[in-house]
Amino acid sequence: MNVYADNAATTEMSRLAKDVMISYMENIYGNPSSLHSIGQRAAEELAKARKQVADCIGCDPVEIYFTSGGSEADNQALVSAAAIGKRKGRKHIISTAFEHHAVLHTLERLEKEGFEIELLPVGEKGTVTAKQVADAIRPDTCLVTIMYANNEIGSVLPISEIGQVCRAKDVLFHTDAVQAAGHLHINVKEQNIDMLSLSAHKFHGPKGVGVLYAKRGIFLTNIIEGGAQERGKRAGTENLPGIMSMAAALEDSCSRIDENYAAVSHLRDRLIEGLLKIPHCALNGDPDNRLPGNINFCFEGIEGESLLLLLDAKGICASSGSACTSGSLDPSHVLLAIGRPHEVAHGSLRLSICENNTEEEIDYMLEEIPKVVEYLRGMSPVWKDLISGKKQFML
Amino acid sequence: MALYTDTVMDHFMNPRNVGSIDDASGVGEVGNAKCGDIMKMYLQIEDGIISDVKFETFGCGSAIASSSMATELIKGKTIDEALAVTNRQVVDALGGLPAQKLHCSVLAEESIKAAVKDYYDRNGIEYDHSRFPDCDDCEGCHMV
Repeated sequence: MNVYADNAATTEMSRLAKDVMISYMENIYGNPSSLHSIGQRAAEELAKARKQVADCIGCDPVEIYFTSGGSEADNQALVSAAAIGKRKGRKHIISTAFEHHAVLHTLERLEKEGFEIELLPVGEKGTVTAKQVADAIRPDTCLVTIMYANNEIGSVLPISEIGQVCRAKDVLFHTDAVQAAGHLHINVKEQNIDMLSLSAHKFHGPKGVGVLYAKRGIFLTNIIEGGAQERGKRAGTENLPGIMSMAAALEDSCSRIDENYAAVSHLRDRLIEGLLKIPHCALNGDPDNRLPGNINFCFEGIEGESLLLLLDAKGICASSGSACTSGSLDPSHVLLAIGRPHEVAHGSLRLSICENNTEEEIDYMLEEIPKVVEYLRGMSPVWKDLISGKKQFML
Repeated sequence: MALYTDTVMDHFMNPRNVGSIDDASGVGEVGNAKCGDIMKMYLQIEDGIISDVKFETFGCGSAIASSSMATELIKGKTIDEALAVTNRQVVDALGGLPAQKLHCSVLAEESIKAAVKDYYDRNGIEYDHSRFPDCDDCEGCHMV
C-alpha cells in the first residue's frame, strides 16, 4: 500500500487545480500589463483571482499581493514592517522560537541590521499566549510576527487574541498562515491581522505561487524591483496559470473547511491514539489546538532518518525533525524549542494527512509503524541501555 | 531514495551481523546520542583472528549501513588487518556516501578500533596509544 502522509511538506494538486492551470496555459497567454485585448483579458482574469483569494480570507482585493510563495511573502512582510518601524524609530520585533525559517532567517538578517529580535518561548505544548505577547510589547515594538499554525508539530496559535492585543497596542501583526490557509477559517479583518502569508501548494494548489495580504495603508518594501505589477510592490510578469489555479484551489478548500476538518481530524485522532500505545513515545505539539492533519511523535531510542527510510520501503511517505534529514547536526529547532532533548528530538516522526487519506491507510500505518520502531529499537544500543536501566528513560 | 547508493540501501535494509555477543573479547562504543549516532561493535577474537563480529547502531541509514559494511570488512581478518580498515574503505565499499554522511564511516572505523582497544585492555596487551584516537577529539562529527 502507498500512503502519502507528508502533506505539510506539500500536497498533491487537486484535479480542479490542474484543470484550471492547464486551461489558462492553453487559453490565456496574454500579459496582464499589455493594453491590447489579449492582455486585458488576462488582466480581467487576474482580477477575478485576486477577488477569489480576498473573499477567502476576508479582505479587499487591493490588499492581495501575489508572490512566488510563502517564503517570499514572509520575507516581504517582515522587511516592510521593519522599514516602517525604522522610520518611526521603532526597532523591536517580537516573534516565537519555533517559526518557519523563512521568518527566523529574515529576522536574523534584520538583527544584523540593528533590530532587536525577541523570540517568545513556546513552552512544552508549543504555543504562546496573547498575554505573553502583550507583556513583551514595548513602545518601540514595530512588529509582532507569529505563525498561525506550526508546520512541524501542528500547534494552532491563538491568533485572534494576539491580533486583538496588537491592535490595542497599535503594533503591526503579521502571521505566517502557510499551514493554516485552506484548512482553518481565516478572517483577517475579524482577527485583526495586518499581514498574512500563504502558499498555494499546501492546499492542493501549484508550487511557486503564494500570497502576501497587507492591510490597506501598510507601505510595502519591494523584495523584487522591476515593473509595476502588483501595484508596484512586486515586479515580474504575473504567473497567471499558477495564480488562477491557486485561487481555485483555495476557494475549493475554503468551501469545504468544516467537512474536511471533521474527516481529517478524525483520522488524525485515530493515528495519535494508536501510536500512543507504542511504549516510551510522546506526542509533540498542542494536543487540543492542533492542525487537523498533523501527527508528530518522538520515539525514544531510535533515529528519525532510518525510521523514514524503512517506512518509505513500506510505501509510507513521512517526515522527521532528525538532524540527519536536515543535513546538519542539530535536530529540528521546533522540537528543541518545546524542550525535547537532542537525543529524543532525533527520533521524531511527522505524519501530515489530508482529506484524501483513508481509514485503510490509517490502519496500515498503525500496523507498520510500531513494527518499524520495534525493529530499529532492537538494533539500537541506546534502547538497550534504556531497557537495562543503564540510562534513564526520558519519555 | 536517491540519497543513497544501492549498496548503502542494501546494507541498511538487510544489515549484516546485527546483534551482540555475550562473551565478546572486546566491545567498542563510539558516537553520541546527542549528535544522533551511536555505534557499538562486539568482537570475538580467537588466535588473533576476528572469528565473529556483531554491531548495534542508533543512527541514520548511512550509520547502519556503515556499521554493517565495517563488520563485513573485518570478519575473519587478523586484528592488524581490522585496525588497518579506514573510513575511506568503508565509503568505497558502500559505493560512496553523501558528503554530510561521511562522519558515519568515521564512526564505523572508530568503533572497530574502540573494540580492539577494549580487547587489548582486557588482556593486558601492550599497544601504541596513538593508534587509538579518542572519539571526542575526532573531527568526524564536525566534518559537515
